[in-house]
Amino acid sequence: MRFSGWRVLREGLTGNKGWAPHWRDAEPKAEYDAIIIGGGGHGLSTAYYLAKEHGLTNIAVLEKGYLGGGNVGRNTTIVRANYFLQGNSEFYSHSLKLWEGLEEDLNYNVMHSQRGLINLFHSDGQRDAFARRGNSMINQGDDAVLLDREGVRKYLPYLDFDNVRFPIYGGLLHPRGGTARHDAVAWGYARGASDRGVDLIQKCEVTGIDIENGQVRGVQTTRGAIRAKKVGIVVAGRSGQVAAMAGMRLPIESHILQAFVTEGLKPCIDHVVSFGMGHFYISQSDKGGLVFGGDLDFYASYASRGNLPMAEHVMEAGMTLMPMIGKAKVLRSWGGIMDMTPDGSPIIDKTDTKGLFIDCGWCYGGFKAVPGSGFSFAHLMATGNHHGPAAKFRLDRFRTGTGLMDEEGTGAQHNLH
Amino acid sequence: MRLDCPMCGSRDRREFYYQGDAVMLARPAVDAGEAAWDSYLHLRDNPAGQTRELWQHEAGCGAWLVVTRDTVTHAVSAVELASDVKRAMA
Repeated sequence: MRFSGWRVLREGLTGNKGWAPHWRDAEPKAEYDAIIIGGGGHGLSTAYYLAKEHGLTNIAVLEKGYLGGGNVGRNTTIVRANYFLQGNSEFYSHSLKLWEGLEEDLNYNVMHSQRGLINLFHSDGQRDAFARRGNSMINQGDDAVLLDREGVRKYLPYLDFDNVRFPIYGGLLHPRGGTARHDAVAWGYARGASDRGVDLIQKCEVTGIDIENGQVRGVQTTRGAIRAKKVGIVVAGRSGQVAAMAGMRLPIESHILQAFVTEGLKPCIDHVVSFGMGHFYISQSDKGGLVFGGDLDFYASYASRGNLPMAEHVMEAGMTLMPMIGKAKVLRSWGGIMDMTPDGSPIIDKTDTKGLFIDCGWCYGGFKAVPGSGFSFAHLMATGNHHGPAAKFRLDRFRTGTGLMDEEGTGAQHNLH
Repeated sequence: MRLDCPMCGSRDRREFYYQGDAVMLARPAVDAGEAAWDSYLHLRDNPAGQTRELWQHEAGCGAWLVVTRDTVTHAVSAVELASDVKRAMA
C-alpha cells in the first residue's frame, strides 16, 4: 500500500475503509539467513537496508516488547550533523543525507523538519570552540553559520540576552539540523522492511545465543529456538545483558537520561536551541508541546525514570535561558536507558564470535543516527566489511587505545560522558 | 535518592559524586597486560539489578564509599566505607 495525496483523497471519500496494517505481525520460522535482535529504530533500519541494499530478505527482527517501544519512542527527536571529530563527522553527515531522502525512500511521512539548530555560546572561549566546530562541519561538507549576538536575536528574540552569568555572545547555526517524528521513523522502517519480506516478530525475547566452535548458530527465545548463521545485536541500553549471552563484557554502562514535554502551546520556538550553560536543549513539537531535556542523572540505571535533582536543574536552565516558558505546564517526563561508552562514541563492529555482530554505544545521541547506523550495520553484516562512514566505530579501540573518539575532550572514562 | 553515609548519615544524592562500578577497587598490576587493564578501565557487567559502585561524599566528609544498589528500583541496600572494603580485600 503506497501513500499519496490521491490515496488520502480516495480514502477520505470512501469512509477510510481501505487502510491496511502497515506491517505483518510475523510468526517465527525455524531458520533465517540473519537475525536482528532488537526492534527499535536501529534494528528496523538495519533490517530495511539489509533487504533493500543487499537483497537479504530471509531475515527476522526479534523484539521482546513491541516495535519502536524503546528509545526510538522516547527521545527528543533531534536530527543533526554537527560533530567535530573524524570518525563521527563523516558518519553523522552520511546519516543526515539519508534523513533528507528518507520520506521519499520509505514513502512515509516522518515529518522531518530542517528548522535549524542553534547552539548558543556565552564566553569568548565557547565562541572559539564553536567557530572551530563550525569549520569542521563545513570541511565535512555540512553547513554551519557563526551568528553574533544580534544574529541570534533575529532568530530567537525571546531569550534572556543579558543574563549576568550567561550573557548570550552568539550561536552556531546548523541550518540543516532539525527534528523528526520519532515513532514514524520506526513505523516507516518497519513497513519498508516488512514489505520486502522481513519477518518482524514482536513479544519474542531472546534468552540465549547459540555458539558452536566460535560460530554463531542461532538464538533461543521465549517463542522457541531460531537458527541463523548471522546474528546482529542492536539493543541499546540492554546491550550488556544480550552480549553476556554470548559470553561478552562490553565497554558500556547503562545510564538514565530524562526528558520533558509541556502541554501544547501555539508556535513560539521555531528552532532547536541548546544552552551553552551545560546541558539544556529545547524544541517545539508539531503538536505544540515544548520538548526539552538535559544531561544524564549520572548513575547506572535501568529504571526508565530519573530523580528530581536533574529535573530541577533542567527546569532552572530553561527558566534562565527563556523565562517566557515559566507558565507552561509540564505534562510528562520520562527516562531512557542510554548505552554509554567510555569515550561517548558508538560501536558498529564484528565480535570474536564468527557471524555475531554488534551495534551499540549510542549514548544519548542515537535518534539522529537511526538511518546511518542501520545502513552501515547492514553493510557490515551483509559483506563482512566495515562501511566507510562508520569504519572507525571499533569495539577494540578501548583495549588498544587507538582511535578513541572523545568529542567532549574529557577523557575516555565511564563517568565522564 | 538518598545515600546513608557511614560518617554523616542520610544525605541527598546531590552531595555525592558517582565514580562507577566498584571493579575500580581492584587495580591490576602494572604489568598485568592489555586484557586485564581493558577489563578494569572499560569493560563492565552492567547488571540490571544489584550492583556495587564507588561513590564519593564530595560535598560532605569526602569519604569514598562502596554502595550496593539496585539499578532497576534505585533501592540502596548497603553503604560501606571503601577503605574498609579495601582492607577486607587484602
